[in-house]
Amino acid sequence: MTLRDASLFLLVALLIVATGLIQSWNLALQILNMGLISAIMALGVNLQWGFAGLFNVGVMGFVALGGLAVAVTSMPPVTAAWAAGGPRLILALAVLAGTFAAAVALWKSQLPRRGWLVAAALLAGVVIYRMLFDPARDAIEAVNPALQGNLGGFGLPVLVSWPMGGLLAAGAAWLIGKTALGLRSDYLAIATLGIAEIILAVMKNEDWLARGVKNVIGIPSPLPTAVQLQENPAFAERFTDTVTASTIAVKLGYSLLFTAVLLILLVLAQLALNSPWGRMMRAIRDNETAAEAMGKDVTGRHLQVFILGSAVCGVAGAMMTVLDGQLVPGTYQPLRFTFLIWVMVIVGGSGNNFGAVLGGLLIWFLWVQVEPVGTWLMSGITAGLPDGDFKTDLMDSAAYMRMFTMGVLMLLVLRFSPRGLIPER
Amino acid sequence: MDFLNALVTLANFVIVPALAYGSQLALGALGVTLIYGILRFSNFAHSDTMAFGTMVVVLMTGVFQGWGVSLGPLPTALLALPFGMLACMALMLLTDRYVYRFYRAQRAKPVVLVIVSMGVMFVTNGLVRLIIGPKDRNFADGERFLISARTFKEMTGLDEGLAIKTGQALTVVIAVIAVAWLFWFLNRTRTGKSMRAYSDNEDLALLSGINPERVVMVTWLIVGALATLAGTLYGLDKSFKPFTYFQLLLPFFAAAIVGGLGNPIGAIVGGFVIAFSEVLIAYGWKKVLTYALPDSLAPEGLVQMISTDYKFAVSFVILLIVLLFRPTGLFSGKSV
Repeated sequence: MTLRDASLFLLVALLIVATGLIQSWNLALQILNMGLISAIMALGVNLQWGFAGLFNVGVMGFVALGGLAVAVTSMPPVTAAWAAGGPRLILALAVLAGTFAAAVALWKSQLPRRGWLVAAALLAGVVIYRMLFDPARDAIEAVNPALQGNLGGFGLPVLVSWPMGGLLAAGAAWLIGKTALGLRSDYLAIATLGIAEIILAVMKNEDWLARGVKNVIGIPSPLPTAVQLQENPAFAERFTDTVTASTIAVKLGYSLLFTAVLLILLVLAQLALNSPWGRMMRAIRDNETAAEAMGKDVTGRHLQVFILGSAVCGVAGAMMTVLDGQLVPGTYQPLRFTFLIWVMVIVGGSGNNFGAVLGGLLIWFLWVQVEPVGTWLMSGITAGLPDGDFKTDLMDSAAYMRMFTMGVLMLLVLRFSPRGLIPER
Repeated sequence: MDFLNALVTLANFVIVPALAYGSQLALGALGVTLIYGILRFSNFAHSDTMAFGTMVVVLMTGVFQGWGVSLGPLPTALLALPFGMLACMALMLLTDRYVYRFYRAQRAKPVVLVIVSMGVMFVTNGLVRLIIGPKDRNFADGERFLISARTFKEMTGLDEGLAIKTGQALTVVIAVIAVAWLFWFLNRTRTGKSMRAYSDNEDLALLSGINPERVVMVTWLIVGALATLAGTLYGLDKSFKPFTYFQLLLPFFAAAIVGGLGNPIGAIVGGFVIAFSEVLIAYGWKKVLTYALPDSLAPEGLVQMISTDYKFAVSFVILLIVLLFRPTGLFSGKSV
């Protein structure tokens, strides 16, 4: 890290401290926490794009899978729902998986008319699956639908859900990579864009899994909550304003946790980048044909790095859901969770882990702060106007300044500093 | 009679909506495919371009309505359409001049252009929301139905009605005219021929004295007009909401790739393939089957293959199948 890089990090730190001094420490820590999570996501995308040149625009899907992992790992199991239809549902899913495995096996066999055989196998499998699945799902969703109506989770400690988020995303990435990684770069982009939408569609509609759009709330917290702190006499007698002190203490706790995860991942990514494996990755990225001629397994390495990067995004997604304390599938949007992460990587500097981290922190800060600045500017512009629809419209629209700003920023960086703020070296 | 009823039900819930949706997708996919053919990158900003053009149409429609100008039974938006197209073309030329041209001069890799188009996507998306806001807007006026279900029932004496919305009828008619014009232009005019030549073999086209900047400019103009047209027709049929428009990106790409990227005929066929499969697979066949089958065989459930919520998944699965088994699409497109 050079002096210039360090001063850029210092700048971000100053921006966050200034937020604390001018606005509130609560907001500053909130920005820092999401900034740390964004930095981890950017690290994941940087693994895929910066190291290996894989164009993944399905980040949202892996982040959402991380969130799903939290609900499945740490929520208590709903025993009544398991009794009502758990085994039947698992059997149904096994039938579905078996059907696809059989279809793939049939397709790979050299039997005559294999196309028809595959179609017949798929049709039969799906019909059996629906016959098993539909009643089981209805039975599960009928159990206490106002609060549960799903199978619940395994009731494990909530911190276990972070690696689980990574594992779940890695599993999905393996499946996706197996089918889609052979595609050319922009085809891969479109394929991953679609897969992310499908993952979200499943999470929104399969109520038995994590309640769909009815959301999972009350995810256990790894740290004592603000209310618990306020009720603790040892904490209460030390501060006069216990409410503010407790919320800040909790946020600070999360900041420490997230920083620890970020540092671990950053060290691992740095070690990987400078290892023979990292050099091989960059060699493949820069010239696939030459790397293949040198006997490197291009497809295998691509699959590997695709899984690793997606797993990192999954971990970040799990951390975010734990921070929010709830899983709300309706809030996942590609602009926010895929394309914004790409802005972070491009602006920060693709191919450089520190660049990705800096991009994550800086862009997240701007994403949050452009809105109040836009509103402030807009109120200055509209100050002379009479109150009315036009003025309200203008004031409302200020909130969308952030998209515009991010786009302009990205275009400027691409044009004048295409290697990002901290370029690859 | 029952058979006719089944047919009418099918037409009402499947054929008419899918035809209209397919035409809208075809117009959108044509834009994607033209950009790919001439400029050689997948334009992620295309659906936001469409939202921008439509936004101008919506605003101008409001102005015309304020003046009391209307087209009688036809929606006022048709009058506002040329303004939207012009504004969108201007936007296309500006982005090309200030954003894309730089990378073209550098002969940047296609993937760089894709990332640049992501930046343009953010800017256009923000611009649209800044100007018109994120709300859902219905700007269709004039006569709502060409044939309403009730009139149809009275006319034919059938139990089932067939409703055709003005927006749907207009979509199909205008799409046919636009596509006919586009093919006439590409096949018969000098500029169109030079575009095809450029798309086919850039070096050869340059050798024969075709001005690349002119080809690119004409392409952007056509793309801007087509995108505005697609967006306006979609909005007349359904409604205008920036987020919904953004989400049309995936079906557009699916249609263009299924047909073969860079191939205009492919984009049109692809649009209809995607539209019909989305509607057919998510449709509950119960009513049609009840009419078509003898009473003893009438189904009990909805006979819906998958729930409507997975519509996106359909276009995507088709996309994946085509990519895996026939990467150049149904009508062989180019693979750069």
